[in-house]
Amino acid sequence: MSRMWTIMRKEFIHILRDPRTLGLVVALPVLSLLLLSYAVARDIENIPLVVADLSKTDVSRRFIDRYWLSGFFRVAYEVDSESELLQLIDSGKAKAGLLVPEDFHVVSVGGASAVPFYIDGSDPTLAQAAQLAAETIGQVAAQDILVEQLSDSPLRIELRLPVDTRFRFLYNPDMRRLNFAIPGLVACILQVQALLLTSSAIVREREQGTLEQLIVTPIKPWELMLGKILPFVLVTFVNVGLILAVARFWFQVPIAGSITQLLILTAIFLLGSLGLGVLISNISRTQMQAMYLAAFSMMPTLILSGFIYPRDNMHWIAYYAGYLLPITFYLDIMRGIILKGIGASTLWPSIWPMVVFSVVVFIASVLVFHKRVE
Amino acid sequence: MSRGNAVEVESLTKKFGSFVAVNQVSFAIPTGEIFGLLGPNGAGKTTTIRMLCGLLLPTSGHASVLDFDVARQPEAIKQNIGYMSQKFALYHDLTVVENLDFYARMYQVQARSRAARLRELVDMAGLVGHERDRVANLSGAWRQRLALACAIVHRPPMLFLDEPTAGVDPISRREFWSMIYTLAGQGVSVLATTHYMDEAEQCNVIGMLHDARLIALDDPDTLRAGLGGDLLEIECDAPGRAEALAVELPGVLDASLHGVLLHVNVPDANVGQSLQAALTQAGIGIRRIEQVLPSLEDVFVAMVEAQDRARVRAGIVKE
Repeated sequence: MSRMWTIMRKEFIHILRDPRTLGLVVALPVLSLLLLSYAVARDIENIPLVVADLSKTDVSRRFIDRYWLSGFFRVAYEVDSESELLQLIDSGKAKAGLLVPEDFHVVSVGGASAVPFYIDGSDPTLAQAAQLAAETIGQVAAQDILVEQLSDSPLRIELRLPVDTRFRFLYNPDMRRLNFAIPGLVACILQVQALLLTSSAIVREREQGTLEQLIVTPIKPWELMLGKILPFVLVTFVNVGLILAVARFWFQVPIAGSITQLLILTAIFLLGSLGLGVLISNISRTQMQAMYLAAFSMMPTLILSGFIYPRDNMHWIAYYAGYLLPITFYLDIMRGIILKGIGASTLWPSIWPMVVFSVVVFIASVLVFHKRVE
Repeated sequence: MSRGNAVEVESLTKKFGSFVAVNQVSFAIPTGEIFGLLGPNGAGKTTTIRMLCGLLLPTSGHASVLDFDVARQPEAIKQNIGYMSQKFALYHDLTVVENLDFYARMYQVQARSRAARLRELVDMAGLVGHERDRVANLSGAWRQRLALACAIVHRPPMLFLDEPTAGVDPISRREFWSMIYTLAGQGVSVLATTHYMDEAEQCNVIGMLHDARLIALDDPDTLRAGLGGDLLEIECDAPGRAEALAVELPGVLDASLHGVLLHVNVPDANVGQSLQAALTQAGIGIRRIEQVLPSLEDVFVAMVEAQDRARVRAGIVKE
């Protein structure tokens, strides 16, 4: 036990004697969060729209107004032909196009008109958002026109729609994408940070030659592993504090659940991730190998964890590969606590595998470490 | 300790795949003695030391250190030995005292006596006034003495030194060896590897490793006397040509160059006269010819050549 403290003390001296690295370690996660949040968390609105109004009537102008009034689109260009409209989408200046046909005015006298809506499909996320918005706006417009038509008819019926669906969002009521994106981003940043910090812990000493001197002392493998992991738990907790502060006070993301639970579960997650880093360090012969393993865990961190794509739809190989990184469990926990405000009892299905993961990784790194030079 | 030996090695062998790094090596180190393991790079010195420290598992054979078996009780050995590896394994961003303190705590030196022990070691290593210097700023010789101090911080009765003086100037080497003597005087047993022959002369017993085998094992004087015959040292004009001539001369056992000097091994110093005549006849001017005591280098060269000749005779020609 006393030897573990000695290793910890030594690691702290290494960390503090290298202020440049320490500066990077403290600053980069916060800077990443600031920068990346603006990238991933922008709501899709003000999509540039090109309009070709061939009808040029009151009815058509009122119809077009509905699009920009919604906030989803802004009328960036007004043109007079379909070819000009397509050209602007081709060049990427507009992402969507609305062509109001010449015969549009017939709708006011009970007729029907087909209204083509063009969407640049090259970015599926944007295209989906545009499609959904355009569809809804079009339907609402059609309903309103229908109601008007019927009220103006000789029958003069007072008409109401039979079903009026009202949506109520249970979590994240303002539908702020930031609120959803930031907990995930925090988890990703911590995962990458933890792996990078400890992946060189053992292999650096191996390359320096100090490991041989260390394993000729009576130190026990668990003392060395824990002595290498714990100092970085403290370092990453500084990161956690800064990151959560930025999320809460800069991006105004409310933390719905218990902060105490969040911190305890974060500590378990970090133990597992830092332990995984030490395991990588253990099986690597050179720092280069360790860096490679750590760096290549970055893509799975983003993709397999469910940060970008929902895990439910994944092929089973990708689905189970996600369990090789603790972030897969932690992501649910983060989103659950910050976004939904649910507690540990509800999150238990994600918590116990994460605890098991942390313990297994630690035992593995102790077992893999041999006090021999072979 | 059984029969008063700190280390006992019996047919110790280590193979890495098909490569034999240490082949059937046997020796013993009596308690309190300095044992020198000699041999060129790649002869198996480091592999032998690593097996004795419990860092490598022997392929076959037995070895015990302080009565602990190297294969079965490596952790008991580690608690009781000091080990100094080829590269002085110190933490460069830690200070002199921090390095010492780190190893003192690793060996769980009692907190009460720790401070006094560190002062004593700083003093022994001649690093007084440099306690707060970072190792990165120390010279090679100082690092070497600090590495020794770290290795003995827990007062081990057995000390393993793997080429402790590599890359250190001659005066510092001398000082280093006087520290080793002091330790041996206090009853510490020492095993040191080296390829400096002058250092080997300082040891109580020498083992010579060549191609993974122990080809000689004795004290330096016996080894020198065992060379057989007398040794003539010749200073002449064309030592290279003279060597070729001497080897061919009847009565000459062996001839080898040591810098500009020619060493000729003869059964009797009288052969010197015919040797002198032959060289003069070949037009080689002789400035000096005299009988000298064989150095360990002579012994080593003679042993290696005898070994190689024996192998050629046996038909095992090594590539």
